[in-house]
Amino acid sequence: MNENTFDIDSIRKDFQNLHIKVNGKPLVYLDNAATTFKPQAVIDATADHYKTGTSNIHRGVHTLSQQATEAFEQSRDKVRDFIGARKSCEIIFTKGTTEAINLVASSYGGAFLNKGDEIIISEMEHHSNIVPWQMLCASKGCVLKIAPFNDQGELIFDEFAKRLSAKTKLVAMVYVSNSLGTINPVKEVIKAANTQGAVVLIDAAQTVSHLPVNVQGLDCDFLAFSGHKLFGPNGVGVLYGKEKLLNAMPPYQSGGDMIASVTFEKTTYNVLPYKLEAGTPNVAGVIGLGAAIDYVRSVGLTQIAEYEHELLAYGTQALSSIDGLRLIGTAKNKASILAFVLENIHPHDLGTLVDEEGVAIRTGHHCTQPVMKHFGVPATSRASLAFYNTKEEIDCLVRAIHKAKDIFK
Amino acid sequence: MSHDSRSELYQQVILEHNKKPRNCRKLQGATHSAEGYNPLCGDHLTVYLHVNNENIIDDISFEGDGCAISQASSSMMTAALKGKPIDEAKDLFGQFHKLITGELDPDKDQHSLGKLAVFSGIWHFPARVKCASLAWHTMNGAVEHKETISTE
Repeated sequence: MNENTFDIDSIRKDFQNLHIKVNGKPLVYLDNAATTFKPQAVIDATADHYKTGTSNIHRGVHTLSQQATEAFEQSRDKVRDFIGARKSCEIIFTKGTTEAINLVASSYGGAFLNKGDEIIISEMEHHSNIVPWQMLCASKGCVLKIAPFNDQGELIFDEFAKRLSAKTKLVAMVYVSNSLGTINPVKEVIKAANTQGAVVLIDAAQTVSHLPVNVQGLDCDFLAFSGHKLFGPNGVGVLYGKEKLLNAMPPYQSGGDMIASVTFEKTTYNVLPYKLEAGTPNVAGVIGLGAAIDYVRSVGLTQIAEYEHELLAYGTQALSSIDGLRLIGTAKNKASILAFVLENIHPHDLGTLVDEEGVAIRTGHHCTQPVMKHFGVPATSRASLAFYNTKEEIDCLVRAIHKAKDIFK
Repeated sequence: MSHDSRSELYQQVILEHNKKPRNCRKLQGATHSAEGYNPLCGDHLTVYLHVNNENIIDDISFEGDGCAISQASSSMMTAALKGKPIDEAKDLFGQFHKLITGELDPDKDQHSLGKLAVFSGIWHFPARVKCASLAWHTMNGAVEHKETISTE
């Protein structure tokens, strides 16, 4: 694909899953914040590993093992380059964003946070960026502080800054909200937090498929994302951490590959990144993630961001024109999410009814119950976009909503 | 799944009960009550019963938020159970459960579900079965867990 042209027809051909029928209708897949479809290149890379390349890594001297190790480590370097990290050893493979956050809470939090220390998160975090910190606070006697957002769904920066003090040891914040689409001013958050000596973890699960991310530019201490939301396989994710911090952290899990030597008297740990990757990893998943990154870069994240921006504007306009529809999340700086509630139709009923038209959206609290509480709704309907979606698909959603309204009128 | 399954699920009687739910209020002087919660979708309701000395449900009501299926199911359950002995309510719960999981075909199998048979299409929608069953599980919980009896 030519890097300078965004050819939607050609892109859609790469995703077989876009071309199926659901309930007899052509599928309109608008649940990309939950998971994304995989381009053929990712499916092939994963299948090839299982078909002709299966081997464990970092262990054998035989050819297959060396090839698998090389492909695995190449993926690590692709991730490093993709997010602009300094060194490959700063890239830790996990099973997803959730595990990456838990790793930091458990290992970094366990070693370096103490009674009375404060952790700040925002009101719009996914449960996976709330609960690990609550558990850490419960076990260590730390204090969790919540930075609120306004009724547009934008972080109130002054309120965040007010909670920041010398007691703040860690800030964990979502870059792009999965239930509102808000793009948070994470660079300013990181700068302010670092000034107070706090480390910052950025949840980039909903970011890396929509915007270019550069960890050195952001100067974040940790950043987490998942492969399956980046057009890659399930069960693989990434924790980026600054080398100095990762080096200081104790192992998260223990077992094979994370050791330098083991005797019954004493075990010494392996170097980064292996110290934090105990056991056989998801080799095919990591190789598939490398292919996904290649694919996304061939399309170009700048082009993706531009295209999606236009799509989001179109969708916002189209949904706003529906009587009785209220958008939830109207931040000025927003990506890929169209969440809404309808008068007289509960999101679950809408979800079932639009599914009958072949339109896949997510309904519920999206693992962000505090966000639902803020807006006083039990649940929302959420259409979430990827670069392979089209304006025609948004039109299908709008028609399906009108049909549902007719049934419920 | 058949393409007309939407009409199977959102039948007029369900839409009508959703719009105007029966017995949707707090029951003063309830002898039994329980809260039902579906953490996956956030549906939340309370079922109240007044059971007399002869073990007959002489009044029943519910309060809460939820989708059309759960609102209609709650409404129709209260309408069906008012005036029934507890044993009969439990038996109906058993039948209803079989109905919504596809184990009971109202056209072929013997049943005493009456209007509740409109929920027969729901087993085609596995993600929605819990919407229909929440009120019933909550009613059953209220009856079985004596600690939830209101002290009035």
